[in-house]
Amino acid sequence: MSSTDSVVLRARDIVKTYGATRALKGVNFDIHRGKVTTLFGENGAGKSTLMKILSGVERPTSGTIELDGEIVEFASTQDAAARGIAIIHQELSLAPNLNVRDNIFMGRELRTRTGIDFAEEERRVRALMQGLEEDIDPLTPVADLRLGQQQIVEIARALSINSRILIMDEPTSALSATEVEVLFRVISDLTSAGVSIVYISHHLEEALQVTDFAVVLRDGSITATANAADIDLEWIVRNMVGSDYDLGEPPTGYAFGDVALSIEHVSVADPENPERFVVDDLSLQVRKGEVVCIYGLMGAGRTELLEAVAGRVPIAGGRIVKDGVDISGLSIAERIDAGLGLVPEDRQRDGLVQTMSVGSNLSLASIGAFVRGLFLSGGRERELVSTMVRSLQVKTASGEAPIGSLSGGNQQKVVIGKILATDPDVILLDEPSRGIDVGAKGEVFRLLAQRAAQGLAVVYSTSEVGECLSIAHRIVVMRRGRIVVEFGSDATKEAIMAASGEAVVA
Amino acid sequence: MTTSAPGRNGSRPAMFANGFNLGRLLLQGRAFFALIAIIVVFSILSPNYFTIANLLTMSSHVAVYAILSIGMLLVILNGGIDLSVGSTLGISGMVAGFLMQGVHLKLLGISLYPAVWVVVIVSCAVGALIGLVNGVLVARFKVAPFVATLGMLYVVRGLALLMTNGLTYNDLGGKPELGNTGFDWLGFNRILDIPVGVLVMVVVAIVVSVVLNRTAFGRWLYASGGNERAAELSGVPVRRVKIWVYVVSGLCAAIAGLILSSELTSAGPTAGNSYELTAIAAVVIGGAALTGGRGTVRGTLLGAFVIGFLSDGLVIIGVSAYWQTVFTGAVIVLAVLLNAVQYRGRRKAAATGGGPQTPSREGTPAAAGPVPEKTAA
Repeated sequence: MSSTDSVVLRARDIVKTYGATRALKGVNFDIHRGKVTTLFGENGAGKSTLMKILSGVERPTSGTIELDGEIVEFASTQDAAARGIAIIHQELSLAPNLNVRDNIFMGRELRTRTGIDFAEEERRVRALMQGLEEDIDPLTPVADLRLGQQQIVEIARALSINSRILIMDEPTSALSATEVEVLFRVISDLTSAGVSIVYISHHLEEALQVTDFAVVLRDGSITATANAADIDLEWIVRNMVGSDYDLGEPPTGYAFGDVALSIEHVSVADPENPERFVVDDLSLQVRKGEVVCIYGLMGAGRTELLEAVAGRVPIAGGRIVKDGVDISGLSIAERIDAGLGLVPEDRQRDGLVQTMSVGSNLSLASIGAFVRGLFLSGGRERELVSTMVRSLQVKTASGEAPIGSLSGGNQQKVVIGKILATDPDVILLDEPSRGIDVGAKGEVFRLLAQRAAQGLAVVYSTSEVGECLSIAHRIVVMRRGRIVVEFGSDATKEAIMAASGEAVVA
Repeated sequence: MTTSAPGRNGSRPAMFANGFNLGRLLLQGRAFFALIAIIVVFSILSPNYFTIANLLTMSSHVAVYAILSIGMLLVILNGGIDLSVGSTLGISGMVAGFLMQGVHLKLLGISLYPAVWVVVIVSCAVGALIGLVNGVLVARFKVAPFVATLGMLYVVRGLALLMTNGLTYNDLGGKPELGNTGFDWLGFNRILDIPVGVLVMVVVAIVVSVVLNRTAFGRWLYASGGNERAAELSGVPVRRVKIWVYVVSGLCAAIAGLILSSELTSAGPTAGNSYELTAIAAVVIGGAALTGGRGTVRGTLLGAFVIGFLSDGLVIIGVSAYWQTVFTGAVIVLAVLLNAVQYRGRRKAAATGGGPQTPSREGTPAAAGPVPEKTAA
């Protein structure tokens, strides 16, 4: 424990309950003056809840917050901001129709007697952007910026408040490696100016690089606290998960079948800039029973490749062949019928129908199989749903439960089960582990390995290098729309990260 | 495996909450209870209200709105809106009127008097065609449904007015010697004492209800209205579904137009003016979400009966027409308010069910943003 003086904010015995569930069970959390404190934890551990309480978005059920030794209560975010606490939210909260300047000063416009002092606002935004080494004009509409740049704007907005405590909830999820480096430089400038930072990230390696203190949260309680200098990645993972972190191994004991999917010189044009290709003359073959992992940074073209193969986006060149038949011209539905389906990256936006039940979501893609004459056969559908719920170990009260009542991991199993129910030969999964906890991750990967052993060709993409070295027989690394290198299952994390263009820290 | 314990524990409170909760029961059955309340109140205020004869008369008024509303329900389930149904209702009657007067072919010097069944089919086809235009505009050319159908509202109404320069076709009874009698059967006749219009409404409701609940098309409609992107990636032919809902909506409007002009034995080009708003109101009162994916035929029928029985009741007790408008508006606003309460309640129930979603202050999280973190997985 550090001396009292070095702690700027002290949260004591924070409890937060939602209905019957306790999201935080008496958490003690310190923010150190002029240092970076990183909060580690799985999805659902309570990280965001704690941050929302510290930034005034929500109020704790019980417990106290001490700011500079004085007990405070935040009635609102404005209240917390007035005391110098700012937060960069995980979800972007920008107005896409407004320009960068107006977004940064939204609700805090600089007034003159006759209106808004646009010139001064613009000057400040330019200065902020210079500090972030980002060439964004203050008058650009936010809608015209790519996701990473929007995140920069979000960061710039938090910086413009001149806060003493800055909470960053997943600030780098959409940033490129260079942008992350710049952000880290900005963080170190801020800390030397005395600003205290709370940092949250799923990129453990990255977070470990920037932090001074590590705090691990599990199931609403703090399980470990340490100086960053004394710990390593394994320590964090061990404390986060509570047991060994195992995503499985490549399935063995059988020979691969024929080539199930052959991607031949496929190119996909960038919708925003048709001159550029987000997937550039890429070829890849996958055999029956084989598990292939596509690793790459954000923007490497993984999502575009998988969506093109599934039929969501048109290809600008090349062809896609399944079992010797060219399927490039088929619709999504026809490709599903041909035995190829995609589990999309964004479960909420592209994977689930939130208004329907677990069962209706599971049977949606294979609904044609239950039609007898004109009508659906309810019995057969229920049979499929209960088989799927059992074999995927979906934790749900029943098939009739609303899909929103399931946890992220179980929702993901439903999306995967929906495609598996169509009895595919090839399954594509875009970041199947996104937003689910480590336990569920392991279950998902085990399930895929099991299906691969039965002859399913599995292609999944990921941006977490640990997930490459799990069930994949082959790892291909994508960078700027091309496959730069291929590894076997014996690859090392360092080699994969180096190939992807990710800055590797010694 | 790590998720099993919190998942099971978490689902318990929701199950208990479902068990016995008067407030929720009242909320979910609100359209039904509203209808009961309306019937009780007006029966007390007027001895003539709760009689078989009056209930049947009111039901035949409701039938026209209800058939329109069922078509509208399909469009709203899809996440769209169809503002052209009132105009379609009008032109359907006009087409019927035109055909009943006889088609005079000057070049051949003869006049054709089509039989009533031909008249009915042609009118329905015109309605379906208008729906097809709406559907193609929305699904194929990506015109916002509000704008596409608003345009068709004007175009179709204009065409109806052009047919007779604004005049009304009177006397649609037909003549025995021309073999085209029987048009008034739809509006006047009764089978087992029940007006034919009401029976048509029942048939339409049953057919649509079966389609929604027992066919792949119904599932596709709920799915593409709930999340079009997810439906498309699951192989649902979202574009075809979209076109079809507008076609069916147009068809329903045409059927309603035939019943109305048959009841009046006349067809005016301004018939059905602003009926589209009544239809939308009935769907909303019936608990459907204007964002798509939620709604039932049963609810929509109740919604239509609430509006119809309320306004007829106000007429019977002699409230001025201006006050009727105020009351109808108030009921609609109240219904939408309760919808908001219900869906918020459902989100909360879902939250305590399987893991509380941290209630988002901005309402639903931005679709394009990262997946919001759950506080208990």
